[in-house]
Amino acid sequence: MTAQEVRLCGLLLQEHFGEVVERIGTHLLRGGAQNLRTIANETNTPLDLVKKSLCVLVQHGACEFGSGRRGPGSPVEYRASCERVLRVLRYPRYIYTAKTLYGDTGELIVEEVLQRGHMTMSNTVKTVADRLTHNMEEGRSMEYSEVVSAFSKLVETHFLQRCPPVAEMGTAATSTTPATPSTPAAPASTSPPTAESNPDCYKLPHVTLIGRGKRRRSSDDSEEQRGGKKAKMDSESCGDEGIYWLVNFERFHQHFRDQAIISAVASKLDQTSSEIVRTMLRMSEVTTTQTAAYTQPLSANEIFRSLPPNYSISRPILDQYLSLLVDDPMEFVGKSGDSGGGMYVVNLQRALANLARATLESVVQERFGSRSARIFRLLLRKRHLEQKQVEDFAMIPAKEAKDMLYTLLSENLVQLQEIPKTPDHAPSRTFYLYTVNQLPTARLLLQHCYKTVANLIERRLFETKENKRLLEKSQRIEAILASLQASGAEPEQLTEVEEMITAPERQQLEALRHHINKLDSTENQVDETVFLLESYIFSTKTK
Amino acid sequence: MAGRGRGRGRGQMTFNLEDLGIGRGDSLPPTTFKPSPLFPPMPVQPVPLQTGEEVEYMLALKQELRAANKTLPFYIRRAAPKRDVDRYSDKYQSGEPKDSAIEWSPGHPPQVKQPKKPPVGKEEILTKLETLEKNEETVNSEEEEDGEKKKANEEEEQPEEEDYEEDFEEDTDYIMSYFDNGEEFGGDSDDNMDEATY
Repeated sequence: MTAQEVRLCGLLLQEHFGEVVERIGTHLLRGGAQNLRTIANETNTPLDLVKKSLCVLVQHGACEFGSGRRGPGSPVEYRASCERVLRVLRYPRYIYTAKTLYGDTGELIVEEVLQRGHMTMSNTVKTVADRLTHNMEEGRSMEYSEVVSAFSKLVETHFLQRCPPVAEMGTAATSTTPATPSTPAAPASTSPPTAESNPDCYKLPHVTLIGRGKRRRSSDDSEEQRGGKKAKMDSESCGDEGIYWLVNFERFHQHFRDQAIISAVASKLDQTSSEIVRTMLRMSEVTTTQTAAYTQPLSANEIFRSLPPNYSISRPILDQYLSLLVDDPMEFVGKSGDSGGGMYVVNLQRALANLARATLESVVQERFGSRSARIFRLLLRKRHLEQKQVEDFAMIPAKEAKDMLYTLLSENLVQLQEIPKTPDHAPSRTFYLYTVNQLPTARLLLQHCYKTVANLIERRLFETKENKRLLEKSQRIEAILASLQASGAEPEQLTEVEEMITAPERQQLEALRHHINKLDSTENQVDETVFLLESYIFSTKTK
Repeated sequence: MAGRGRGRGRGQMTFNLEDLGIGRGDSLPPTTFKPSPLFPPMPVQPVPLQTGEEVEYMLALKQELRAANKTLPFYIRRAAPKRDVDRYSDKYQSGEPKDSAIEWSPGHPPQVKQPKKPPVGKEEILTKLETLEKNEETVNSEEEEDGEKKKANEEEEQPEEEDYEEDFEEDTDYIMSYFDNGEEFGGDSDDNMDEATY
């Protein structure tokens, strides 16, 4: 947990859950596993606020609890997970992907489950149906069955999974268990159970949900709500109490990775090759584990049979495409055998490494110019080079090459390796070789990205704070306008209210909105780079 | 004595300047008179942002999520700071959570069986209803605009309070001002004493 990561996590927690949760969260992230009393004392927050924040964090999967280090009798310890908090940055991308795959219903389901941490299926279905009904025209409402079918599709393709069962706590004396369900289950294990360890994690519960979404009328709110609440209080149980679902981030990440590979192939080669790679990846979705270095071998016959029908290419052309893909220096596709017309695999690990390398090269190019990028690429290919050799291979005059190398060195993108000729490391008798190590450089860049996003968020908060008065005024006026329109006022009244904001204020508001939109969309874009680098670094870890 | 060598060439230092790489006759970088600027001019402009339908949709999603988070029960605010004097209007204005220890349920019924069930009073049912109402409202009103939501919440808070108050005060069907409890009797002016009393 680096300082930049903790800072970014703090800002994200503050935006989504408020200052109290932010304080507790950063304290846990910095301090490791702690028990309740320690947290309360060290952060000077009242105990019930600490409990609530821990509830919120556990609900969203950002914090885990386990028995203390001193044995089963010691108080419960809480551990926060930096990675999970950083996922919050990627929520819009997850929701948009769900929309492209499963339409509006899928999008709303994923949005609901992301916002609530984990939810039961019946709750999700009802809420989503209500929301969809709200957006439809008068007189039409959403059937529960449609939402249920979208939900089951998401579960079948593993985008949603069940929450892992909570391990039984030793003594129930310390009543600090948060509001997650505690099923009296598994024997106490030293590591917290993951969702995958549950054999039922993708099994839908047997629930019959019949009904339609309710349209909420804004006029007779309070009466209806109060009457409705009484009925809800009698806990209509739909038979799936205790089975909570959460979003399977790893599956989404697999999908993003596949998309990145396919678009790389499409931009380097052509559309048909990318379709072939897409088919190969689709066929090996279920047979490949998440951390596999390459997919299972697929024979050319199988690929030919599974190509989408609108891409009717003949068999010899498919073979030519496959051999092109194998020979390409990107090494996305490899040949692992000759049976069945040729066995082909997609090299996932190498693909990620190449994508990360391309990212690094493009960063150097944009920041330092194309000649520095040439030097950088040279060093990546040739590993260790002396200064003289760099000048020769890159075909750049000595003085400029020296300058660029020193700039890259000062930014830590290039390292210097000393090779002494004599036991006393005399500078005149030592080789100094320039080198680039891809993995540490990728880590460095990832930390830069975290710092960037944190700076963007801070700037956005600063801009909002500067113009708080103006924003509040415009919100109030919008509210007044909306209520006037709802109660049917004349256009003169509306224009009068609109004129309460003067023209320079309007301009200022426009500029502010433009800046905030820019900052937000920059955050989204930086997050794409973060995803690539994180996947690359993670793929090198698991060996 | 100490400043003797100052006027002639460079000052003497304890280490050899040539080792650092600054040889004789090389021009040193210009001396700085002030700290480096806060926003130095960038040598290269950054690449423009991506645009397109996808990017804008994700931007809108992000902003909606941020706004919606503030209304969910997961957003924990500190207790409002106590004002110096307790005011009468505090009873009628409970827009902000006065106390952080309010009845709070994160959106699904608690599964853990408590050994002692706390005695369920009327007040608790009412506050539970309020928070559950807020949950329902917040989930359903995510599509509406920010200002409207805030305004709507505040407005709904107040009519609810007034409803409760009206229930408590008006138990009878009679108008309260109609009842004269006789306190003014006998306080009339004494100027009409010459009227005969029967």
